Parts: sequence; C-alpha cells; structure tokens
Amino acid sequence: MIYSWLNIVGLEKNFGGVKALTNFSCSLREGEILGLIGPNGAGKTTIFNLITGFIYPDEGKVTFRGINLVGLPPHAIATVGIARTFQKLRLIQRLSVLENVLLFFKNQPGQQLPNIFFRWKESARQEAINRDTALSLIESVGLGDKIKELSQNLSYGQQKLLNLACCLASDSDLLLLDEPVSGIAPLMSEKILSIIQKLPMQNKSVILIEHNLDAVMQISDRVIFLDAGVKVSEGTPETIRNDPKVIEAYLD
Amino acid sequence: MEYFLHILIMISIYVILGLSLNLIVGYTGLISLNHAAFYGIGAYVIALMALNLHTPFLVNVICAVFISGFIGAIIGFPALRIREDYFAVYTFAFQIIIFSVLNNWVSLTGGPIGLSGIPQPSIFTWRISSHLGFAFLSFLFLAPLLWIIYRIVNSPFGRVLKTIREDEVLAEASGKKVNSYKILVLIIGAGTAALAGTIYAYYISFIDPTSFTITESIFIISIVIIGGAGSLWGPIIGAVALVVLPELIRFTGLPSSVSSNIRQILFGGLLVVFIMRRPQGLLGEYFFHDNSLQK
Repeated sequence: MIYSWLNIVGLEKNFGGVKALTNFSCSLREGEILGLIGPNGAGKTTIFNLITGFIYPDEGKVTFRGINLVGLPPHAIATVGIARTFQKLRLIQRLSVLENVLLFFKNQPGQQLPNIFFRWKESARQEAINRDTALSLIESVGLGDKIKELSQNLSYGQQKLLNLACCLASDSDLLLLDEPVSGIAPLMSEKILSIIQKLPMQNKSVILIEHNLDAVMQISDRVIFLDAGVKVSEGTPETIRNDPKVIEAYLD
Repeated sequence: MEYFLHILIMISIYVILGLSLNLIVGYTGLISLNHAAFYGIGAYVIALMALNLHTPFLVNVICAVFISGFIGAIIGFPALRIREDYFAVYTFAFQIIIFSVLNNWVSLTGGPIGLSGIPQPSIFTWRISSHLGFAFLSFLFLAPLLWIIYRIVNSPFGRVLKTIREDEVLAEASGKKVNSYKILVLIIGAGTAALAGTIYAYYISFIDPTSFTITESIFIISIVIIGGAGSLWGPIIGAVALVVLPELIRFTGLPSSVSSNIRQILFGGLLVVFIMRRPQGLLGEYFFHDNSLQK
C-alpha cells in the first residue's frame, strides 16, 4: 500500500452464494506492468469489472490517483483515464477500423449535439486532428492497410490488435487488458506484446490477464496468482514461476 | 394533378416520420413501436391550438414539436432501464395508452369523432390552401430535417449512436454516457414525428384517433426496415415505395373493399419477405436486429 496511484483494498464480490473475489488488495504505480494469472473462474475478469464499474463490489475500495472509483458508472471511470479490453472481443463490427479508433478519443466536441450545429467548425477541426492521430496510431500498430476495412472483416489477431489501438487512442494511463494474446498466432502475439512492453515508457501502466504464462512472464514487472477468488501469491515473474502452488495449478 | 400532389404530400409526411424513426431504430438500435403516438401528439396539439387559441401557424408548430419532445423525454427516462425486445414492448404499451387517451378524453380531443375544421395555415402573409402550397410546405419542413439528420449521423455524435446500436457495453467502456445519448435521440425522434403530425393535421384539416394507431406505428417502422435501417436515404426510398404501392392497387380496378385488404396483406407480406431475404432493407448497411455476426 505504498503507492497511491492505483490502490485496491479489501475488494470482495459474491455472486449469489459464490465468492468470486475475497479480500483482494493490490496496488500499482505508474509505468508498471502487472500480470494476473490463475485458472478459469479465479476472479481475474471480476477484478477488471470491479475496477471499471461494470459491477459494484460488496466490500472494499478502489482509488485511482486519489479518486474513489467505487460507485462511479463505467463511462465516468473511462474518462478518468482507465481503458479496458474484453475477453470476449468487443469491437463495433460494422464500422471501419478508423472509426473504431476514432470513437475512443477523449476530446471530441462533435459528440455534443449542440456543437454539431453551433460550433461545427471547432468540431470539424478537432475531428480532423483526431483523424490524423488515429491514422498514425493505426499505422504504428501495423494495420495501415486496413483503415477502411470493416472491423468484422479483420482476422482475430488483427481484431485484438485493433482493440489495443482503441485503448491507446483513449490516451488512458491505465490499461486493463483481458487476454490480449490468447488464441492468436505467435507472430501477431509477439507484435502485441512488444506494443504492451513499450507502454511504461510513456508512463502508462498495464494490468494484464493472460493464460499464456510465457507471455506474462516475459513482459510483467510483477505477477499475481489468483485461485478461487483469493490472491495466492504475488511477486516478480521469477518467484511466481518457481512458486510450488503456481506450478501445481498450471502443470496439473 | 391534385392527386399527384396529394401523393407527394403523403410521401413527404412519411419521409419525415421515417427519417425521424430511423434515427431511433436504424442508428441507435432501439426498436420503437410508438412513433405514431408522437405523430398523433403533434397533430392533436396543433389542431387544439389552432381551433381553440387561434395562435399563428409557426407558434403552433414550435409548440407541437416541443410538447412532443417533452413527452418523448418523459417516456424515455424509464425506458433507459430496459433494452431490446423489452424496449419494443414498452413503446408498444405507450402507443396503446396514447391511442386510448385520444380516443376517450372526449372533452379535449373529441374522442372517436375527432377534431374537424382545422383552419388553413398561413406563414406571415402566405396563406396555404392549395395542394401545391401544402406540397411546398412539406418540402419546407423536410429539407432542413434531412440536413439536420445528415449532420447528426455523420458527426462523432452519430458514431456514438452506431456504437450504442452495435454494443452498448463497449460504448460505456469507451467513456460515452449511453443514457444521455439515448434520451437525446428519443427527444429528437418525438419532436420530429410531431412535425409530420402538424403537416398532416393542417393538410387534412380533420383528425381522429384512428390515424395514430399501432398499425400506423408498424407502417412507419416498415418504411424504415424496407427502405434500409441505418441508411440516410433508406426511409426516403421506403416511404416512396410504401405510399405509392397501394396507390397502384387502386388502378387495378378492384372494388375498394378488396383493395384495402390487399393493401394490408401487401405490407405484411413485404415486411416478412424483407426480414427473411433482405434484412438490411433496400439501401441499409445494418442487418436489422441480427446479432449472428457478433462473436
């Protein structure tokens, strides 16, 4: 609890009688990559949903830069600088790659209805700026030739990449990535991991859920192992890799 | 000639209704079955004002649009809690309520007898009495509306609407306050539907509740679906097709009792065929209520 940047204290969530998460605490500093591992149903995605306000905790506190996040709706949490991806890929299937990315920009005067008619010049100018930023962003993640393509026509790996690009477009400081490289080819996986790995250089932090242990160990500064809603162990990738409980869970 | 102008005016009225419903159904993905209620509210507000208060035309129009928009907000707020099919059922119920009110509040609305003798409108010194005048008036309403809808759907605001249609959770996660977008769209839809109602009331100069039933709501949603939900020009094509088709039956020489039944069969049949064979409508990009593409 040394860091005050992101602080999670005593988080609890029950679904009916099922304890999804029990007394979970952790903290994160700027520019850190934290890996969350554990078997299915360990409560990893529940943590994401609790942080981003899609579900409310029964107990516990989440603060981000001193702001209490518990009780805020998801869109408010997104605006304070937390972006997330979903395990079940969520993209606007019938919009182009460019429009998917554009959606996530924070500064969009044209999203306010009156501005479309009364301050349309300003709206159009900002839209043009966002468009340029979006184009170079799409280029930089390597989807440059797919700009006009509908996102439903991308391959699964490209869609995951686009998801990540959307998070980057939101210019959030904390990215919660739910299985960013699961189920995709090694080459694309490397590409996505290298993008994530560079995020701390821009002072962005990442919490990463991933079943691919090698990927997690490769890029995380710190790893938390969860099982059945309880934090079992926490430490550097090295200590976690050699933790008997982790070995038991993953090699059984 | 007057006959063609009449068709033209009816097309314009339904284009306005289709454009306004398309914003709700086609762009935002809310299946609304109460559009005829707002159409009716517009018509009744303007008829009551013109008959009882003798206020000028433009004042009446503005009042009708605002009152309808206000009612749209009132029914919209509770509707924010429900989604998809439930939203459709909710709006269906509201449609029935409005019809019952119009049909039974005899002292205000005249009940089933309706309101007749609505005076001809005049804009400043221009008195609109001919078919040509009304055709012109309806274009005067239609053109700016088309421009407004065009601006809305091609703006970042419109992009958020499409996102809500495709995936509300994603819209929330990307920091959009989904509920305020929805309520705005419902208000705009209600207000612009009233606009069509005002033209209708002045043009026909007689209104009764049977013009604003659930059948009418379904007719408007058919315009949107057959024309192409989520496409700017879709409702225009849809309105032209659905207004002109029954007129063609008229020329077959069948007795009117038969042709009016054929009309109902035609609409029902068309809707079924389109939903099965071409769910995106004639021009649409959006597969109406089809989630099979989503992984």
